Amino acid sequence: MIIEIGHYALILALATAIIVSLVPLIGARRVDQAMMDVGPIGSVVLFALVAFSFGVLTYAHVVSDFSVKNVWENSHSLMPLIYKYSGVWGNHEGSMMLWLLILALFSALVAIFGRNLPETLKANVLSVQAWISVAFLLFILLTSNPFTRLDPAPAEGKDLNPILQDIGLAIHPPLLYLGYVGFSVCFSFAVAALIEGRIDAAWARWVRPWALAAWTFLTLGIAMGSYWAYYELGWGGWWFWDPVENASFMPWLAGTALLHSALVMEKREALKIWTVLLAILTFSLSLMGTFLVRSGVLTSVHAFASDPSRGVFILCILLLFIGGALSLFAFRAPRLTAGGLFAPISREGALVVNNLILTVACGTVLTGTLYPLVLETITGDKISVGPPFFNMTFGLLMAPLLVIVPFGPLLAWKRGDLLGALQRLYVVAALAFVAAVLFFYLQHGGPVMSVLGLAAGLFLVLGAVADLWYRAGVGKQPLGIAWRRLKGLPRSAFGTALAHAGLGISVLGIVAVSTFQTEHVLQMKQGEVTDAGGYTLRFDGMREATGPNFTEDRGHFTIARGGVDVADVWSAKRIYTAGQMPTTEAGILTFGPSQLYVSLGDPTDDGGIVVRIWWKPYILCIWGGALVMAFGGFVSLSDRRLRVGAPRRKAKPLQPVMEPAE
Amino acid sequence: MMRRFLLALFLIASAAPSFAVNPDEMLKDPALESRARAISAELRCMVCQNQSIDDSNAELAKDLRLLVRKRITDGDSDQQVMSYIVSRYGEFVLLKPRFETKTLLLWGAPILLALLGGLSLVVFARRYAGQPTGSTLTSEEQARLSELLKK
Repeated sequence: MIIEIGHYALILALATAIIVSLVPLIGARRVDQAMMDVGPIGSVVLFALVAFSFGVLTYAHVVSDFSVKNVWENSHSLMPLIYKYSGVWGNHEGSMMLWLLILALFSALVAIFGRNLPETLKANVLSVQAWISVAFLLFILLTSNPFTRLDPAPAEGKDLNPILQDIGLAIHPPLLYLGYVGFSVCFSFAVAALIEGRIDAAWARWVRPWALAAWTFLTLGIAMGSYWAYYELGWGGWWFWDPVENASFMPWLAGTALLHSALVMEKREALKIWTVLLAILTFSLSLMGTFLVRSGVLTSVHAFASDPSRGVFILCILLLFIGGALSLFAFRAPRLTAGGLFAPISREGALVVNNLILTVACGTVLTGTLYPLVLETITGDKISVGPPFFNMTFGLLMAPLLVIVPFGPLLAWKRGDLLGALQRLYVVAALAFVAAVLFFYLQHGGPVMSVLGLAAGLFLVLGAVADLWYRAGVGKQPLGIAWRRLKGLPRSAFGTALAHAGLGISVLGIVAVSTFQTEHVLQMKQGEVTDAGGYTLRFDGMREATGPNFTEDRGHFTIARGGVDVADVWSAKRIYTAGQMPTTEAGILTFGPSQLYVSLGDPTDDGGIVVRIWWKPYILCIWGGALVMAFGGFVSLSDRRLRVGAPRRKAKPLQPVMEPAE
Repeated sequence: MMRRFLLALFLIASAAPSFAVNPDEMLKDPALESRARAISAELRCMVCQNQSIDDSNAELAKDLRLLVRKRITDGDSDQQVMSYIVSRYGEFVLLKPRFETKTLLLWGAPILLALLGGLSLVVFARRYAGQPTGSTLTSEEQARLSELLKK
């Protein structure tokens, strides 16, 4: 019965969403307060209904109600409790429910924290949000209903895909969706502004916290997914340029560009039209990612054709929203007035270059991802576009960006002084280069190009420090005053510095791992030893073990350095009993920022086993840098300036307008 | 979930839990072996989802790895090995497509996009040069402003 109530709540949610999608919109046109008031109330009700429905589905998973088809297909009674929770979104229907839940959450947050927004703008934004909700509610109810029942109910479930039985699944999708779907708010603000035909710096100020929050979560989500793939798939790779990965990376690139262009718009009222377009494009890429992953079109064009109902539905949503928004843009954009002027060498100029590079990089990833699909559809020729293509093109595009990032914050708005910035940075650049050469020498080996990569990473980190240094006036002021000035800097200045430094740390990690990592593939018998990354590994033998829903063969390794045992690790091959599915559980040991990665292969005829060992120097910097970037995002979000609303008629300067999603 | 799901599914589909490169496949000469690894990383495992033969543990990938190593020990250059594999399995095996007519737009995309972006920048900068900046006031705001100025 409770299941049917959950289903019914979802239908009620659809009805609510339809009302919210129309009434406030009409209210805004007629300037009818009562009609506009439907927006906030309706959005909160919509969230409550979706949350209830999601709760019911979660309940069905937790109590293992196998009469629900979705639970039967993706759960097992012996599964640990945490995976019963996370298994809710570990499948198509459930993940769409999570998508919808987060969408409704963001609408409700806009309704609650947007009290100081102009009434008509708020009404329009909430209506546009509701259109998206309507589309996805229809999608779920018509093609992906999670509440379908089975009769008779099976006694046992088919188990959750073993690779998904991991803490990664509990954390990764919610973070990723908070990012993906968070950009819907920017999209709605853009469309609402186009409907109103008026847009100014205040608009950018309202949008920026949402863009920042979405970007921060997306950064965390992508980093989490990358680390999850790294330790779970057992090949030691951490980024594969898989279309599914690209689908989340493209909104990140566009979102990063959006953050920066919204900054220009807020401070200088320039780049208005571009920022609106970017807000539309960013969410469009999120929608497209959903389409690519959910329709099965990536596996093969033919898989898509064989079961088209879901794919066609999402394709329609995609065309409707992207096409609709872009048409509206084409129709209205010429009416928007142009913004402030600036010299090419200025903070704005640097941010324009940032936008140009990020957009071109994003377009390149998009082309690479879709090209094989399009080519096969048109000519029937099958080609592959894989990591070698992306590494080459994306790397070449990103290289100049890394070099100019430290200049941006040092240039003044409107008319900057490149010579001055160069003078301030040349010490930093020299320092970075010397440190890179030193580092390279100590690690001995690798292509010489990597020195430039390391120098770029260090330049970013040191450049971020230099930015704060000069702002505080260290060296020019007495230390006490400099310290006070540093403390008095707005939090967003620290946010910027942290995000840029984080990027540098990630670059360092990426370059160091790809240059200095070593790989050892060999057969080992019990008691044999081998060297990797300055450590000695002794294979102590295999043992069988059983978990709640799997059995495994685990190998034990003792790691020594200089003859002294320093650590030990288990590496296992697992079979999940319900589906007889094998997985590898790599043994990973962390030494500072570096890791030793031990993975087991097949047993050999003479009683040994194939072992694959990687020494991954500084690999944790890759994700550590992403964490620093996200931390920068949070710090920036806590800046008072972002919380202070642009006062409209009656000035209430200190009232919080929009708190970003927590 | 979304990002990993297909990858995960595919792994399971193709995973007899064995390894990509096994020690018995490897060449004695480390220089030749590292050439073989570099070539393997650029060739696609055709029964897998977006995996190179160097990463894949499918049977077909293993056959291809052995083939690459055989050609290398027979004295082929990297280019010759690639051409041979493509002649047998088609261009689909190349993870980095060749530059030719049908991949013109693919390889041209970054350059084309950069040119387009740069060009529109110049056009916009010229068009708006010398124009008044900022948003104009609404009549309401204009009225309020003149009221304030009167005071």
